[in-house]
Amino acid sequence: MDQITSKPIVSAPAEAPQTGRDSGYVSIRDYDFFYGKQQVLFSISMDMPERQVTALIGPSGCGKSTLLRNINRMNDLIDGISHRGDILIDGKTIYNPHIEVTSLRKRIGMVFQKSNPFPKSIYENVVYGLRVAGGYTKSQLDQACEEALKSAALWDEAKDRLTDSALGLSGGQQQRLCIARAVAIRPDILLMDEPCSALDPLATSRIEELITELKKDYTVVIVTHNMQQAARVSDRTAFFYLGKLIEYDSTLTIFTTPKQKQTEDYITGRFG
Amino acid sequence: MSAQLPKTKGIHHTKGEPLVWLTAMGLTIGLVMVASLLLVIISQGVGVFWPKRVTRFVLPDESGKRIEVDGVVVKRQLKTAEAGKAPIEEIQIYTGNREVYSLAFRYLDVHRITSESLPADALLIERLENGNAIGTPISLKTGSSTGLPAEDPSFRSGLAKAIEEASARRSAIDHLEKHVIGRNAAEISELEVRAKSAAPDRQQALEADIATLKTRYQELAAEAKRLRKVQNEQSLEYRLASGETRTVAIGSIIDHHYPNQLGFLSRFGRFCENLWNFVSERPREANTEGGIFPAIFGTFVMTLLMSLLVAPFGVLAAIYLREYAKQGPIVRMVRIAVNNLAGVPSIVFGVFGLGFFVYFVGGSIDRAFFSQCLPNPTVGTGGIGWAAMTLALMTLPVVIVATEEAVVAVPRGAREGSLACGASKWQTIQRIVLPAAVPGILTGMILAMARGAGEVAPLMLVGVVKLAPSLPLDLEYPFFHLNQKFMHLGFHIYDLGFQSPDSEAARPMVFATTLFLILLVIVLNLGAILLRERLRRRFATAAF
Repeated sequence: MDQITSKPIVSAPAEAPQTGRDSGYVSIRDYDFFYGKQQVLFSISMDMPERQVTALIGPSGCGKSTLLRNINRMNDLIDGISHRGDILIDGKTIYNPHIEVTSLRKRIGMVFQKSNPFPKSIYENVVYGLRVAGGYTKSQLDQACEEALKSAALWDEAKDRLTDSALGLSGGQQQRLCIARAVAIRPDILLMDEPCSALDPLATSRIEELITELKKDYTVVIVTHNMQQAARVSDRTAFFYLGKLIEYDSTLTIFTTPKQKQTEDYITGRFG
Repeated sequence: MSAQLPKTKGIHHTKGEPLVWLTAMGLTIGLVMVASLLLVIISQGVGVFWPKRVTRFVLPDESGKRIEVDGVVVKRQLKTAEAGKAPIEEIQIYTGNREVYSLAFRYLDVHRITSESLPADALLIERLENGNAIGTPISLKTGSSTGLPAEDPSFRSGLAKAIEEASARRSAIDHLEKHVIGRNAAEISELEVRAKSAAPDRQQALEADIATLKTRYQELAAEAKRLRKVQNEQSLEYRLASGETRTVAIGSIIDHHYPNQLGFLSRFGRFCENLWNFVSERPREANTEGGIFPAIFGTFVMTLLMSLLVAPFGVLAAIYLREYAKQGPIVRMVRIAVNNLAGVPSIVFGVFGLGFFVYFVGGSIDRAFFSQCLPNPTVGTGGIGWAAMTLALMTLPVVIVATEEAVVAVPRGAREGSLACGASKWQTIQRIVLPAAVPGILTGMILAMARGAGEVAPLMLVGVVKLAPSLPLDLEYPFFHLNQKFMHLGFHIYDLGFQSPDSEAARPMVFATTLFLILLVIVLNLGAILLRERLRRRFATAAF
């Protein structure tokens, strides 16, 4: 938490990074979001810098999950939604009508609150994204599976039972499998929606270690209800309340010297 | 523990208890009904195959003359006598020998019977015509000679051997007439058609071929005729209880046994044999004798064909309704219409099948492709294909509703997980939703199959017949004859019980056939249930 940039970044980096992939710099511009007539997000503007962990915190129903699910347009599944403003990834809008939403989602991995492995083998779970994309050889798939499981810290436990059903894994292992599945498609951004809320403390700490590892390669956006977790894993923290972005700064600042009274009340547990 | 419990007014006043009894009573009544249904069908149906003893009854007839009669006791019952008198007990016996007694059954008043005995050498003869004969053997004749008398020790083996040989000859004649001569005739007519249009130089060669084939036909026909003659060379002479002597050609005896000389094991062996013959043979004598194999086979093939037709349509329709169609008033109306379709009386589907499939579709195909055969319809008449389509239409709502429910039950997490990996909607349906919904879809298929297999009314309009000449699936090109009329167990039951000339004789067959209809439905359902359990284990979705 010592590498935090103190002032918010307002524009995308001029140069693409050297990894051959896009950097995964998310910027949200004056974003309003509606379920039918009900507005749930109010004029959100924020930047999530690449290769950092951004935590979204706030009481239930404050819109943080909705915002997260809009970054990969998961909310498109719901009838009657609409939005104003824009979300840009590396300077390009995600609402480009000429680009398939599936190609957007291939760049953005997502891990859900409840682990949701498919009723298939561990191997098939990990390579699912590559299978639906098509065009991979068996050896490429094998390699991708191994890499993904290694980066999700599951390789040692799963390497001898790749053909077993994924549903035989423990809760924590299943969640790490979902992380492996998300990173197997080599995304730029990893969205995590309360990934530890259904896990015991030991499994939680393993996932947290993993997040710290993953941020070397990915832009991570994590929604969490656990204040300590936000403080432990994130570089930047955004506090939401009733659909509005109240404060967004480096995690250190948010947790030590918040500028807003509401933020301070929330993180000290006086309300929420 | 120390807290004082509120005082109850006694167990009788506990709330809800009477309702528990009521629900339990409902279940009990249901179970009793199902059990008694099965019991009646099994006891009546299985009893038919158990060989029973032949009893000789002696009693005076109306004029006081002494008569003797052989028969198998079928049932005892009380007959209401004239007013004011106690009811009389009477027995119903199966006498066989329909051509002599004109009926196969007879009622005897118990109080008039003077003696009952079990004649040891009573012989039960299963014949090709006129049902069974019951009598005492006298001799095995060859031609007009006196032949082998029944007292001769070699009589029994000689009779058995003669009947066995006759059976072998009968199947040889059958093969010769149905297959060899049939193929020969088909070749001749094909060559004749070719000869008409051939060039003059080829014509001679073709005519020579036809002549050879025709000579071959003469030879085959002569061979069949010779075999038929041999069939009637030997005959069995037997005496009825009344003393009358009759003869039957060995060629028309199918089977025989001595019912009063069977031990338990041989009785059981005969029972199994009877059962097997019933399952594996074709019906004879207006369906009242012989087996029900064509009906079992027809029902089985038709139900499978129906399932193959209904599954894709039902599943695709349900997926569109649930996954792609915009949920609104129109979709809701479509859904209500589909559900109501399940309640339409089945005969309505039969009429639709006749009007649309048979007359319109079949008739159009006939006019387009088989116009040379008109006015005889080729496909524009009832057949197993049209019947399967009609039933598929009838069971479509069941499959659609079951599939919709199964698709909805697939957890949202699974869909979202798939979409988040960059899968398209169709890929998600194909790889995640459908596999998880398969057990539910199969439940719908089981319901559809059970309904389809038991349905008779619509089939009577679109292709079921009393007696089909051949099976819808055989070894003759093109193997699967979709335009073939077929037999169906449900219709067979109706036909046996209510359309046959001797419904008294056919009643046990009604129960036996019903038993096999139930068994067939159970077997089909069991197959689907096993498949579903296998898939369910594979897609056990505990984690969702």
